Amino acid sequence: QSTGSVSGRVTDSKNEGIPGATVLIEGTSLGSSSNVDGTYSIQNVPAGPHTVVISFVGYNAVRVPVTVVAGQNADASAGLKENTTQLAEAVVVGYGTQRRQDITGAVTAIDSKQFVQGQVTNPEQLIQGKVAGVSISTAGGAPGAGTTVRIRGNSSLNANSDPLYVIDGVAVDKEGINGASNPLTLINPNDIENVTVLKDASATAIYGNRAAGGVILITTKRGLVGEKIHVELNSQASISTVARRYDVFSADEFREVVKANSTLSSQVATLGTANTDWQKEIFRTAKAFDNTVSLRGAVGKVPFRVSYGNLNQQGLVITNKLVRNTGSVSLNPTLLDNHLRIDINAKGSVIDNRFADYGQIANAAFYDPTQPVTSTDPIYAPYGGYYQFLNGANPLGQAPGNPVAALNYRNDISTVKRLIGNVQFDYKIHGIEGLRANLNLGVDLARSRGSISVAPTDFGTHNNDQPNVPGLNGSYVPSSQDKNMKLLEAYLAYERQFGGTRFTIQAGHAYQSFENQGLNFLTTRSDQTTLFKPGEILTLPAYYNKYVLLSFFGRATLNVKDKYLLTATVRNDNTSRFTAGNRSGTFPALGLAWRIKGEDFLKDNNSISELKLRVGYGRTGQQDIGGAYDAIARYQIGSSTTQYPIGPIGTTTGITAAPLGYNQFLTWETTNTYNAGLDLGFLDNRVGLTVDVYQRTATDLLANVAVPAGSNNNNQLNRNIGSLRNRGVEVALNYNVIRTTDVNWSVNLNGAYNVNKITDLGTQLEGFAGYRFGNPGVGTGNYIQINSVGYQSNSFYVRKQVYDANGQPIEGLFANNGAYYQYKQPAPLVTMGFTSNLSYRKASLGVTLRSNIGNYVYNANTASGANFSGANTSTGFVSNLSPDVLVTRFSTNKPFDSDYYVQNASFLRCENIVLGYNVGKIFGETTLRLSGSVQNAFLVTRYKGVDPEITDGIDRNFYPRARTYTFGLALGF
Amino acid sequence: TALASLSASCTKDLDQNPKYELTPDRQYTSQAGYYQVMAKLYAGFAVSGQGDPDSGSSSDISGIDAGTGNYLRQYWSAQELSTDEAVVAWNDPGIQDWHNMNWNASNLLINGLYNRLYYEISICNEFLRESTDEKLSARGITGDAAAAVRAYRADARFLRAVTYYHVIDLFGNGPKATETTVVNTGDTPPYATRKDLFNFVEAELLDCGNTLPKPKANQYGRVDQAAAWGFLARLYINAEVYTGDLPTANTTHGNGVARWADAAKYAKQAIDAGYNLANTPNATASAYGRLFLADNNTGPATQEIIWPIIYDVNTTRSYGGTTFLINGSTSPTTAPWQKLVGQSTGWGGLRGTSALVDQFAKAGGDTTRDSRGRFWITPPRRPYQPKLTDTAKVRQYLRITNLSDFTRGPGVLKFRNVNSAGAAQGGAQNFSSVDYPMLRAADLMLIYAEAVVRGGGDQTTAMTYVNNIRRRAYGDNSADVSWATISQLTGGQPEFLLDERSRELFWEGVRRTDLIRFRRFVENTYVWPWKGGVANGTGVPGFRELYPLPTSDLTVNPNLKQNAGY
Repeated sequence: QSTGSVSGRVTDSKNEGIPGATVLIEGTSLGSSSNVDGTYSIQNVPAGPHTVVISFVGYNAVRVPVTVVAGQNADASAGLKENTTQLAEAVVVGYGTQRRQDITGAVTAIDSKQFVQGQVTNPEQLIQGKVAGVSISTAGGAPGAGTTVRIRGNSSLNANSDPLYVIDGVAVDKEGINGASNPLTLINPNDIENVTVLKDASATAIYGNRAAGGVILITTKRGLVGEKIHVELNSQASISTVARRYDVFSADEFREVVKANSTLSSQVATLGTANTDWQKEIFRTAKAFDNTVSLRGAVGKVPFRVSYGNLNQQGLVITNKLVRNTGSVSLNPTLLDNHLRIDINAKGSVIDNRFADYGQIANAAFYDPTQPVTSTDPIYAPYGGYYQFLNGANPLGQAPGNPVAALNYRNDISTVKRLIGNVQFDYKIHGIEGLRANLNLGVDLARSRGSISVAPTDFGTHNNDQPNVPGLNGSYVPSSQDKNMKLLEAYLAYERQFGGTRFTIQAGHAYQSFENQGLNFLTTRSDQTTLFKPGEILTLPAYYNKYVLLSFFGRATLNVKDKYLLTATVRNDNTSRFTAGNRSGTFPALGLAWRIKGEDFLKDNNSISELKLRVGYGRTGQQDIGGAYDAIARYQIGSSTTQYPIGPIGTTTGITAAPLGYNQFLTWETTNTYNAGLDLGFLDNRVGLTVDVYQRTATDLLANVAVPAGSNNNNQLNRNIGSLRNRGVEVALNYNVIRTTDVNWSVNLNGAYNVNKITDLGTQLEGFAGYRFGNPGVGTGNYIQINSVGYQSNSFYVRKQVYDANGQPIEGLFANNGAYYQYKQPAPLVTMGFTSNLSYRKASLGVTLRSNIGNYVYNANTASGANFSGANTSTGFVSNLSPDVLVTRFSTNKPFDSDYYVQNASFLRCENIVLGYNVGKIFGETTLRLSGSVQNAFLVTRYKGVDPEITDGIDRNFYPRARTYTFGLALGF
Repeated sequence: TALASLSASCTKDLDQNPKYELTPDRQYTSQAGYYQVMAKLYAGFAVSGQGDPDSGSSSDISGIDAGTGNYLRQYWSAQELSTDEAVVAWNDPGIQDWHNMNWNASNLLINGLYNRLYYEISICNEFLRESTDEKLSARGITGDAAAAVRAYRADARFLRAVTYYHVIDLFGNGPKATETTVVNTGDTPPYATRKDLFNFVEAELLDCGNTLPKPKANQYGRVDQAAAWGFLARLYINAEVYTGDLPTANTTHGNGVARWADAAKYAKQAIDAGYNLANTPNATASAYGRLFLADNNTGPATQEIIWPIIYDVNTTRSYGGTTFLINGSTSPTTAPWQKLVGQSTGWGGLRGTSALVDQFAKAGGDTTRDSRGRFWITPPRRPYQPKLTDTAKVRQYLRITNLSDFTRGPGVLKFRNVNSAGAAQGGAQNFSSVDYPMLRAADLMLIYAEAVVRGGGDQTTAMTYVNNIRRRAYGDNSADVSWATISQLTGGQPEFLLDERSRELFWEGVRRTDLIRFRRFVENTYVWPWKGGVANGTGVPGFRELYPLPTSDLTVNPNLKQNAGY
């Protein structure tokens, strides 16, 4: 027996245990991480003198000398001192890690300690409001809703502006899968250790073609060699309510308004006598339970972590529900005398969803409140006893269906399974000091199966021809989608130090393929036999597309005396989306930094603890235009409902094939970014300040623009035309305000200003306004937005409302002869985040605030519901109105394109308030931490619609965000 | 080496091909592959795209709602909503411009119409490029199969010629792309004047008149030589307009070279080839009414309709075409009305005007016996009101006090989705099975008569044609007219024939062309309710005889010139 053990407790300045600190025996691969109460234990330590290195993010590392006696335990406890910017800390960057102080680009790392707390079900929500220049907005309050993440604004016009997500070294698919709109929903946030955001191109260019929208690197938790096995249980229970509802008239108010203003007496006659609050009928107080159990430690020389998570979340809308089961395994053995490190990660998840039809949310808001939910009148029996607008016994054409019935009768479910796995070999080549080879093999596999069954009693799918045969009413359609991503990456890296100069160089190759396929199905009636569309046949049994990326990359870094730093990267990407000759793109980048603090004149300065100047230039690319084959000629087979049955009937089928538009000249959109930054630390880094300014210009912009009529098989195609520029400033400030034994208070403030402008869209005739898009959901074929040269992308395109002397808008009267003009945009000009963490002994209080300024929203609900004709469009039914109608007194539908409806949606949102209490040991080694939190606690805005934070800028059918109260406990043993 | 070979195989992997969308070499492997594309050339007039109309994004063209951007729907709107025959209640962007006659080069609907025409031209060109003898032999298609594909080329050239005819009529000048224009987003087709396009269309149709199958010898839905002759007759009857000086900011078109004799020749040639009036009424519908029913692809209607655009409730669905004409012109709330037209819904948009109803009250019209004037007006205020019982309380007024109010303006009961037995065909989803007559014999007969009046020719034949049309409408010869009536000129124009054309051909997409030829479209000498956006009607500047080329195309094709006035 020549080994002993080392144990101890890691504490902070208040003598509270620090959980999760890394403890390593220097010069060995032995280590552990501290428990919930800060204790740790390392077994099998060879006898003799050792140095124990204890480190934790945000604290200065401590080295404790111990002498281990065989068969005995040595104590190595330590108190760590806080350090707001831990300079020696390793930060995950593309294809490796770098010391924080060596970084030359705009990079922000957020670790689990800084994450947003409470009911966080999607990983990106962990860093909401925490990183300057990163705007994260969920698509609404539905469980598993998609999220729009924009790093420094929209990087492209028609190509994908989403950042690239790299999870444990696997660059995953940006697109969701049918049934899980957000690809990250499939990751359990509890498994995440830290998140790094690469913002400028000198940092992202190593990812080349997919990095134009920035890169988010996610690292999951893992075990350490020699670590004692411990178990952690996280459990949360939440209650959510609708934070803000649609503003409409009550039944009594509505009756009065219709009677007073309707131009049709027959309309007044349709009013009922009920008093129904339809929003109350479709919303509920939703419950959610989220439990994760994890086991981490080491078995022999194999560190591991396994976890299982279960999330069971109700939506705010009745019938809406999500159940997620996740499992993760990570193994990190080190073999061959510490020369070969193998990382094996697997994350699997199964999500069961029942979706709500978003259309029913606005429908509920505007459904006639004078009608009852149900009725005993036998005429409604075919509709399950729910009240409906009828024309005889049949549904009244163009009338909306009862929203409660529509939700209850539609069972839209899916099961999505996903596996992200990789194995990475990192081999320090024997005999050549500093040279290592790395091979990473990864997959991202997703399977989605679902179906939509609509009950025979449904209104919208009622069969007027066979109303009394249940099997011939309603509808049923299954769905299926399979996605396979395969990744192979290999690189060689070499590291050398000469005196004070250190350099690294690496070069590698990557292959990645994305396959997306599934079966097509026909919709049937409820009997699952009779076709919904009689005679319909499947002209295409399935769909399939695949694209491939082939890349070469390299990086060199140079560090001269910890003062002068250089990072140079280059990547060559080839994509199957473009034709040979157009498919290769090369993306270089250079980052330089001068760490002024390292200079003699500042070395001993006590007030300035860090000063670094960074400049960078880089080029990234963009090829993600959605379609996989947009550059080659191809023919599309038509559906059986759009046949052209020429010839004597029955003698021929009329299935057609149409030549599609294509652009064989498609090539890379390239984005050039310039960035300059300053990192400052004062008072032993109690105050940290980072400022960045940047300009990012996309050229050969992939934009969907007109092609000359007669020259192609479509009038608009993606072309490499024009350019788009983003300019901005980012500031992040960390301040450790109070640092005493009992009280600790730190704040983080970040803010970003970004202006986006389309600078070119090809040849432009004077008088050509631009490319219109953005259906406001009012009427047919309307467009409310435009992309025009000289304006922000996605600008609103409306008419300037004229007001009378009392400030009352004059119906149908617009300035400049009713001309349209570009007015504001959905993207915020300024985004800000504020975090405060206050602790007193065992209690802590955290607050996160988030604000967007200068973002505008088109209030489509008011536009369609704030004119009396909303009640007048049909003679058989009436629809509720927005009380705004009493302000505008508009009577027709015409003013929908008035700038009156483009409203300032600046806001301040309290993202969360968390109160925590660390109970400590409750029995034996078992520790307990309790927390309570409120998310979306309050919202300050002048915007009158449902929610000011609407990414596409059009407020319609929005699933309201929740206010969520969560109680959580963490048990460790 | 391992890495190099791996890399080589990866490089090959960069050539990806679709599985379910076919590259040309996989589409055109057989006659059947060519047939599918030829069928699409026809379908380009009927449907909006390759996907089901309810599947969302299923449009062949961009920048316009799929259903709205349908060829027939926009062609019909440009030809009818701008005239005295139709109004629409909706407020879709730009749609009221048709009435206000203040459309501009950014109008989304005119954009859609223009892009739809050039889409059709492009796919016809694509087909012609892919079906040359060299391509056929390279693909191993020989013998009968090759002969069949060569015959399809005549269909493609005919459809392209008709589309260019629409360009001539609606826009006057425009880009000219043919199969020798390479599909290439960098290409900018040259600009062709109205006269250039006229010559091109004339030559193509003359050639199609020889190369297409003999009259009535082609499949239903495909065209024959008579269709080519019929469109030549249409081209020639308007030749004076098309070859004259273009309208300018303040003047209407000048008179060019008239081709009355050619118009008469080709109209008669088409009729004599075997097309005639469908003259068989039945218990539920008049002989005239049966032309516009869901079974007009069978029975007597096929004697008269030379080129139908096919629709079918199950196989050929669109929110344009006759579904638009039927659902769009039906009340959303009046069940008996819906039942009469074979649907269980109505979109409450399209109506006629009192000017259209008045065509049946004028001298030469008749108020009750003319089976063509069938309108829904309640309460009945005119003696020619059709005998229909309306159980609903909703009224349908003759006078249009408010364009946006569907109940203001006469309902038009022409296209009905019932079969000759009166059975509704709309099914659960209310699509139409009525085929749309792009060209029918009655039109050619009236063209013939007009050509005779304007240019001289056989009066007896002309009179027979006109009176046969009127006898069908009235069921007997009581409404026969004399040559003096037919040939009487008002302001130099054969007024009776203009009115008779409206009575016979209203809502068939020829009205704007007729009004321009008769110099009644922009002039203040003839106004109708809401012409020029004014309730009582007003004249507008002469340049409105042509629609503007869209700014979006002018901006990417520097060869083009905007029409005068815009």
